[in-house]
Amino acid sequence: MALPKYTEPHYRIWHYIYLTICAAVFFFLIAPLFVIFPLSFNAEEFLSFSDGMKRLDPDAFSLRWYKDMIYGTKNPWGLAAKNSFIIAIFATIGSVILGTVAALGLSSRHMPYKGLIMAVLISPMIVPLIISGVAIFFFMAKAGLAATHTGIVLAHIILGTPFVVITVTATLSGFDHSVTRAAASLGSDPVNTFMKITLPLILPGVISGGLFAFVTSFDEVVVVLFLAGLENTTIPIQMWTGLREQLSPTILAVATCLIILSTLILVTAELLRRRSERLRGINR
Amino acid sequence: MSSETNQILTTDGIPLEVSLKKAERKNKIKAFLLVAPLLLFLIITYVFPIGDMLFRSIDDKMVTQMLPKTFKAMENWDGQELPEEEVFAAFHEDFVKLVEDKREGKLSTQLNYTKNGFKSIIKKLRRASKKFEEGNYKEQIMAVHKRWADVEYWRAIQRRAPEFTGQKYLKGMDMYVNEEGKIVSVEEDRRIHRVLWLRTLEIAFFVTVFCFLMAYPIAHLLATLPMKYSNLLMICVLLPFWTSLLVRTASWMILLQQQGIVNDFFVGIGLVADNNRPEMMYNKTGSYVAMTQILLPFMVLPLYSVMKTISPSLMRAGKSLGGTPFVAFWKVYFPLTIPGIGAGCLLVFILAIGYYITPALVGGASGTLISNQIAFHMKSTLDWSFASAMGLMLLSGVLVIYWLYNKIVGIDNIKLG
Repeated sequence: MALPKYTEPHYRIWHYIYLTICAAVFFFLIAPLFVIFPLSFNAEEFLSFSDGMKRLDPDAFSLRWYKDMIYGTKNPWGLAAKNSFIIAIFATIGSVILGTVAALGLSSRHMPYKGLIMAVLISPMIVPLIISGVAIFFFMAKAGLAATHTGIVLAHIILGTPFVVITVTATLSGFDHSVTRAAASLGSDPVNTFMKITLPLILPGVISGGLFAFVTSFDEVVVVLFLAGLENTTIPIQMWTGLREQLSPTILAVATCLIILSTLILVTAELLRRRSERLRGINR
Repeated sequence: MSSETNQILTTDGIPLEVSLKKAERKNKIKAFLLVAPLLLFLIITYVFPIGDMLFRSIDDKMVTQMLPKTFKAMENWDGQELPEEEVFAAFHEDFVKLVEDKREGKLSTQLNYTKNGFKSIIKKLRRASKKFEEGNYKEQIMAVHKRWADVEYWRAIQRRAPEFTGQKYLKGMDMYVNEEGKIVSVEEDRRIHRVLWLRTLEIAFFVTVFCFLMAYPIAHLLATLPMKYSNLLMICVLLPFWTSLLVRTASWMILLQQQGIVNDFFVGIGLVADNNRPEMMYNKTGSYVAMTQILLPFMVLPLYSVMKTISPSLMRAGKSLGGTPFVAFWKVYFPLTIPGIGAGCLLVFILAIGYYITPALVGGASGTLISNQIAFHMKSTLDWSFASAMGLMLLSGVLVIYWLYNKIVGIDNIKLG
């Protein structure tokens, strides 16, 4: 953002102060994530940079904590990762199906009590997690689903659907309904129309909603803390326990893997968003 | 003429108006059926359980069901002097039944909540009641301990007669019903919940302010830079947004610990002495720093999406009409960003007020919030009705903000990423 040549000196100074502030804020946002990365390769057991690391001595770095994460005896990470992925995948599928269907109904102009229903559907996102946790725990305990995978998957569907509803209704707001009418007039039944016409067009919104639901489930700890038994442990639960009891570098190795995963998700989400914007741009 | 227009018929002979209404109703039902599965699912698994919390928080049937005959007999008692033999006899009958079921311990715990001193006298009564003779229970019970002859204790029992009570809500505000039935506050040094509520509000407020002050300049920069640079910088906002909350909290724990990098840096530039490193974690500072960084993207994104729609020519017009850049900013640009500010601030405030994980890990004793207290009662003291009451108090606060948000911004306008 170059300044024009005629800018007066004190505005120029202000401009540089402004850029410095921005740089500092960006640093504050992103730098903490990059601390974890080098420390997870620490050869020693401490959570600070050793003298060897500061000198970039190759002996000071090792894959020790990654090995510990994967092969370590009595290490819960394998089970936790398996559970996390199973739960997140089923929760995502559930949220996407329920959320997309609901969004189709909500964006119909015939929908009665739209505002009220939208408020109910979005509420799990707004209500503080601790309250959701307590309420869902009471329900699951009564239904006999506490400490089961099913219970946790259902809980995560509750928490994930608002994101799908929001992203899919947003995509549908730019949707040209005459194409579905055209399909209907050509003799297609509603299910066929949805699968062949509507779904491909709103797919970016559906997938990015699904990504939100996946991340919500994969990262969720408050509700799981109430619901999970020993066999249902997930990565966030293990991290929570580890962070409370003792910070071991193994956690940093796990954290690094999670950062890589979130980078992949971010890239996918960004590409989808751009594709969706492009598609909507053509529609206009 | 008019009758003719009213009587337009469709090809199958039905009036058009009726036919249209029918089609309209069919569409309505169709739309509703699409929403119904999710709505039903949420109502059963989520909305009803929250209602169940409300029920639990005021439910006080336990004692009512333990002493049914006593409360029946007490109906005619005015509470002025010691109750009649009839009440004592009913109490004895209930009590014997409780001892048979081994539930007298629960009764003593419950009554002790109402008035201290019940635990020991109920234990004594259990031992003594085995040797009780038929008839004249008043004398016999009063002989067990002098407190049984104290009318205060009988009044305390009577206060537990109703099936529902608001006392958990009063407890959440550090108040209780005293012997005369008046609502009073607990002593100054025992008001732990008020401290927590105030601290929750304080931390949520300042985190919102910090987030706003930090997010405004960078959202402006992101919105005004050319696409190819801003997309790159946007990653700095979105990567933390997508990264696990626990990972980000872990990184703050590493940074803020006493031998951590921030402290190393302070020592390195000579700001603090090596042997006098400040505690930046396990207190309020930890909560502030970590929560601000974690919630910052929720402020940047709404601000950015609003700023993106403001045409740069408006600022130029302001300047060309003689305003200095500051005047142009303050009078033209800033008012246009107010919807974004409202959205971001309310979002961050709502999220901050219910925060649990981060304060529990980096907040220590002085940086924990009301959520931590709720979790504590859910998991440690198992006083679920109290946890429910506090949860609902927090929820009602959040719903007010949510309603404001809906009024100001509209729920439909929430944008993600």
